Amino acid sequence: MTLGAMTALPVSISSLNKYYGSFRATDNVSLEIAAGEFLTLLGPSGSGKTTLLMMMAGFARPSGGSIRFGGREVVHLPPHRRDIGMVFQNYALFPHMSVGENIAYPLRVRGTGKAECGERVLKALDMVQLSGYQDRRITQLSGGQRQRIALARAIVFEPRILLMDEPLSALDKQLHETMQIEIRRLHDRLGMTTVSVTHDQRKALTMSDRIAVFSRGKLAQVAGPSDLYEKPASRFVAEFIGESSFLPLTKTAGGLAYGGRPLMLAEAGDAGIADPLLMLRPERLQLARPGETAGEANIFHGTARHIVFQGDSLLIEVRLEGGDTVQMRLPNGSRQKDAIPAAGEAVALMLDRRDTHVVRGEA
Amino acid sequence: MAAVTASQLADNERALAADERRESRQLFQLAIPALVIVTILMVAPIGWLFSLSFVGEDGGLSVENFTRIVTDGAYVSIFANTFQVALLVTLVCVLLGYPVAYVLTILPDRWSRLVMLAVLVPFWTSLLVRTYAWLVLLQRRGIVNTGLDALGLIDRPLPLVHNMTGVVIGMVHIMLPFLIMPLFSSMKAIDGNLMRAAANLGSSPSHAFFRVFLPLSVPRLIAGTMMVFVMCLGFYITPALLGGGKVQMIAQRIEASLSLYPTWGPASALAVVLLALTGGFLLLSFAIVRRLTAGR
Amino acid sequence: MEPHVSHKNRLWLYTLTGLVLVFLVLPTLIVLPMSFSSANSLAFPPPGWSLRWYENFFGQAKWLEAAWVSLRVAFGTTILATVAGTAAAYGLHVGTFSLRGTIYSVLVAPLAIPAILLAIGMFFVYASAGLLNTLTGLVIAHTLVAIPFVIITMTAGFKTYDLSQEMVARSLGANRLYAFFTVTLPQVKFPVISSALLAFIVSFDEVVISVFISSGQQSTLTKVMFQTLRDDVDPTIAAVSALMLVLATVPPLALQLLTGSGEKS
Repeated sequence: MTLGAMTALPVSISSLNKYYGSFRATDNVSLEIAAGEFLTLLGPSGSGKTTLLMMMAGFARPSGGSIRFGGREVVHLPPHRRDIGMVFQNYALFPHMSVGENIAYPLRVRGTGKAECGERVLKALDMVQLSGYQDRRITQLSGGQRQRIALARAIVFEPRILLMDEPLSALDKQLHETMQIEIRRLHDRLGMTTVSVTHDQRKALTMSDRIAVFSRGKLAQVAGPSDLYEKPASRFVAEFIGESSFLPLTKTAGGLAYGGRPLMLAEAGDAGIADPLLMLRPERLQLARPGETAGEANIFHGTARHIVFQGDSLLIEVRLEGGDTVQMRLPNGSRQKDAIPAAGEAVALMLDRRDTHVVRGEA
Repeated sequence: MAAVTASQLADNERALAADERRESRQLFQLAIPALVIVTILMVAPIGWLFSLSFVGEDGGLSVENFTRIVTDGAYVSIFANTFQVALLVTLVCVLLGYPVAYVLTILPDRWSRLVMLAVLVPFWTSLLVRTYAWLVLLQRRGIVNTGLDALGLIDRPLPLVHNMTGVVIGMVHIMLPFLIMPLFSSMKAIDGNLMRAAANLGSSPSHAFFRVFLPLSVPRLIAGTMMVFVMCLGFYITPALLGGGKVQMIAQRIEASLSLYPTWGPASALAVVLLALTGGFLLLSFAIVRRLTAGR
Repeated sequence: MEPHVSHKNRLWLYTLTGLVLVFLVLPTLIVLPMSFSSANSLAFPPPGWSLRWYENFFGQAKWLEAAWVSLRVAFGTTILATVAGTAAAYGLHVGTFSLRGTIYSVLVAPLAIPAILLAIGMFFVYASAGLLNTLTGLVIAHTLVAIPFVIITMTAGFKTYDLSQEMVARSLGANRLYAFFTVTLPQVKFPVISSALLAFIVSFDEVVISVFISSGQQSTLTKVMFQTLRDDVDPTIAAVSALMLVLATVPPLALQLLTGSGEKS
């Protein structure tokens, strides 16, 4: 059972709004999702990502806007006419039916004959690596198995769009990695457009082709994982994806400066950003050895305050001369051992020009 | 894909709003059969009663039915009787029911379930069956009398049935579970730690009970008491069967009015008065309870 | 709850409770033995044993006809009340229209209105509509009284049911009706059965309204019992009472044993 990339559908969301009185759960969201893409909707709780998913599925009614699957307007269609597959956060498997009957349900609804049903159920079970489980009761399954049966049920009728609501949140931590790979593998094999909701940025970075970040009902940024990590558009996105410290910058005639010292930036255009902040990823900062010249790197002077052992690395908190505090991460290897500063020691931090990125201040 | 035009967006908004209305309507329609039945058989008859009560003997509009109720002495005694019985039954229910509800809260699980079962047994027994059983138990040579005699408490059999006593006993038997159940569930909600804290602070068990437990159980007690009282006002079967003709409550008078008077006006007026009394006392009960629980 | 007070000090409390419980349970307990009494009076304990009262019941037309009327009416009421009540409870549970609270109160209101008022009112309405002494009239009247019980039971049943199951079914292609019958209904089986049982018992036991709106050959069993109790206490009543008791208690007990849980309303 394979779907060619040609039969997957693109999704086009335009000017989608949802109001509850004066509260905007979804605020003028527009988003294009390519056919066959794996897109994750990411954001803190209350950001509107789940609302958007529910509107795509037909369980929440927008106040206005358009949702189109492959050019066909679906925003006014009830859920059962949208022909999408959906996996809910709690799986919602039917307890009064066996595994096989659960998976066969969407096929029976569509009037598929018993023989063909049986075949396709077996194929679906095979896809999620649970062959032979068709006669089991739901109560006999573990969490991970239920997750997979829910997936099997959602794909058995070959939907061209798959929606997933926090697919991993109900699972034990140990299973997360395996399931992430499985879900991604299933997506690659079947080729349908997949939209997944999560609040966990790590999962999003691992599984997605692109990530759409939401904040307070608005779409903050949509980009691929590395672009999102390297070049977040705002402080909110930068803080949500990975860790980061921020330094307030001042505008000068030549560009941007920190504490009076002009900075060497990767992008000249950064100087035009309102309320600019320099984003500092902990792993991109390095300790300057005494006497080392800067070259193409920016130097910040300060005092080491705390050194925290974190297993694979050391997290060092440095108080800069300007008064701001930044965190830097030092890999924990024998070569770096000598370089570790003592608390209270003066240090110089280096940030390569290519690693600089300026974000705007407001979220 | 072509971009979405403004007119398409406008169409969407309209379709969405229409869809929402339609879904609401369809779900509402599910309740219609039940509503129809209840409205036709409850609202219409009550309304009819209201209108009939204002029709005089001559067929024209008048309040003579109501004035008769207020002026005719027979009615006064019936109302007095009814209130008397209701008050007595309510009092006995409270005196017997409160302790039982309290015991239910302090008993360990297995025992309390057994007691609860016993409380529910009369609940599940048909009204007529219970009434018949009381006729058997309370008669001159019924086991209540023979039992009391055997214990040496009486010399002659007591007239326990076909009078007020029988009616009160029968009604208490019916109303007791109605008081015990809600009382128990609200007592269960009272935090046991409060009593322990009181003991810790030096209070004797009975002192703690009267100063801590009892006040907390009062709102639900009042609600339950009012409900029992109101339900007693409208009793028909029990006083008719156990009263021996000597106990006349409002409901029986309503029935009698049907044959006593050529029109249905008098019966309707009495029914309206009963309805007003029921509604009035229920509202009063809500107000009191709300007042008492407002300070929490 | 209060381990610091010994059970011994509470002896008077327990004694009182025991007496009250005996009071509550005694009437029900004597019904069965009384029905086998050989005496032609209300003597208890019975002086001897006999089946004559049961023979009387099954032998006399007035009892059998009345029992048949009550059974038919109860079946009709069960179906009507359970279907209408379940539909209403479902619509109220899932819907979001603003009148929900009011509608719920209206549907449960018959519980609060004294039966005599409903009886009188219905008597007048039926007299004009020609529904007095008809089975149809009885079924509708009993349904009125039974619907609140169904609504309360089903509302509680729906509350413990996971609605996302229906959502999943709908996302998989089922419309609301199909989803309800294939996914929801099988899972609220027990509340539905409880409601049906309640409706049956409520109808079968209903006295006041039946006394007013049924008579002659369409009298219910309860009406005939009422008249017998009021006019000439025929000991056949004992057999009828025993049968009614069995009818009202055995099905719910069986249901409880089958489900193994505490499904009481």
